[in-house]
Amino acid sequence: MKETKSKKLDPEKVMERIAEASRPTVAGVEEKDVRHWVTIYVMGRGYSVPADLTILTAMEYAGYKFIRGCGCRQGFCGACSTVYRRHGEYKLQTGMACQTRVEDGMYLVQIPFSPAEKASYDISKEAYKVNTLLKHYPELARCVACNTCTKACTQDLQVMDYIQAAIRGDFETCVNESFDCIQCGMCALRCPAEIVQYNMAQLARRLYGRNDRPEPKHLTDRLKEIEQGKFVKPLDEITKKSKEELEKLYYSREKESD
Amino acid sequence: MSQTKIAYYPGCTLKTTAKNFEDSALAVARALDIELVELPKWNCCGTVYSLTDDNLMYHIAPVRNLLRVKQMVRDELVTDDHRMVVLCSMCYNALKRTNLRVKENPEDLQKINDFMYLEDDDYELNVDVIHFLDLLKEIGVEKIREKVVKPLNGLKVLPYYGCMLLRPKEVGIDDPEEPNLQENILAALGAEPIDSPYRKVCCGSYLTVDNKYVVVELAYKILSHAQKAGAQALTTSCPLCAFNLDNRQKEIKEKYPGFKNIPVFYFTQLMALAFGLSNECYGFDLHHTKPEPLLKEKQLC
Ligand code: FES
Repeated sequence: MKETKSKKLDPEKVMERIAEASRPTVAGVEEKDVRHWVTIYVMGRGYSVPADLTILTAMEYAGYKFIRGCGCRQGFCGACSTVYRRHGEYKLQTGMACQTRVEDGMYLVQIPFSPAEKASYDISKEAYKVNTLLKHYPELARCVACNTCTKACTQDLQVMDYIQAAIRGDFETCVNESFDCIQCGMCALRCPAEIVQYNMAQLARRLYGRNDRPEPKHLTDRLKEIEQGKFVKPLDEITKKSKEELEKLYYSREKESD
Repeated sequence: MSQTKIAYYPGCTLKTTAKNFEDSALAVARALDIELVELPKWNCCGTVYSLTDDNLMYHIAPVRNLLRVKQMVRDELVTDDHRMVVLCSMCYNALKRTNLRVKENPEDLQKINDFMYLEDDDYELNVDVIHFLDLLKEIGVEKIREKVVKPLNGLKVLPYYGCMLLRPKEVGIDDPEEPNLQENILAALGAEPIDSPYRKVCCGSYLTVDNKYVVVELAYKILSHAQKAGAQALTTSCPLCAFNLDNRQKEIKEKYPGFKNIPVFYFTQLMALAFGLSNECYGFDLHHTKPEPLLKEKQLC
């Protein structure tokens, strides 16, 4: 099929394609249409599944239903962490179930939650210095630079580097190196020093954002508008609309790239 | 002659509470035609050398730093192809002892290298860890004296060594009983080095976290004996000693009201002062006992 020359995409078509690509279940796949099969082992039990599925969809194919441990299905929310090992290998691998293709002989288990310490604080009352990180996450000082966190990272971040940067008060490096973290929790679960890398880094980013970045004018302006109640009425109106009206509104919305 | 460029490991404290140590040392090195090139990537040194025989985990951090020098040589960031300079005494001790340990135990090194499989390089024992004082000794007091524009005349200083620079003997930078590296430098700067048996006595080290009163007692002894011997200031090359000897003066004063505060310098700060380098590298704001009154009295600032 030929793409139309026009650069203007039909938003409805695009939405359909996205929906198709991220269809939550594989219900409707006919076995006779599947050409390649692999065997995966979910919590020790073997299942034959179509080879082109992700771990998440393969598990659904096998009959699992996700109530937790699944969110965005786009690799952003960090809910679908998985630990797996390939047959015949000693190394444990990590990945996001919604982003990782199944492989033959894959032994896997979902880690839907990591029971990690999370500090609560009032960011406006916290000093912008390394001691604040150590106060809330004292385990930070236990890092032995073994790099296990980096090996475990599903996003290929240099986790140990940002931990080490934090220890020496280099907020900028800590922030930049941790920026793409989706908080899947694998680093914290593997760390022999029991550091909660991702929560610590979030505190570092908040401190940095608050103290070391210029105030974003558009945000301050918008907050003022919200406080003045500018959006109360439109929001009220929108919540009363029907699904059809909402769809129409959605497709005709003003977009930044337009 | 082209400038010597040599790999430099800073350590975490030199980037925070001991920034004045780093700033002054880098400036002094520059004045002596040496560029200390910071490792492009480094991690904590391990802080305390681990004596546990069967747990290699604690030796990974120091080894990981040592292997970085290879990449620096490859990238031609340094002209000295085998040495790494350290300023902090504790970092020096941890790095040097680990280096020695893996030299003596090739199997341990093999295990550590295997464990660090994400690194581009293995550590191949190609690095010598030296302290900045070693480097200054090599440069020689003559050259140091030549750079002095503001002699520290009349300044009586106790060069404090503590433990980490001198012990154990295998890694000590000087005679553990009669060290004189700092003395020679101070004399070259025009200052008068003071002797005291307490210059080699432990300051209490990290007990300062858990039981600071042990440190208060030790620091009181060190400082009051220094004063009795006539010292008006101390020098050190260890941020932890500096913290214990300087910041703990607050608690000493509470316990011993007759105690008179005494400034504690990094030896590089006095060098920078005598070399007439920019004030910015002194970092006196980080001191508990402010050195300015003494320096004013001696007409040094
Ligand atoms: S479901 Fe959100 S990252 Fe996989």
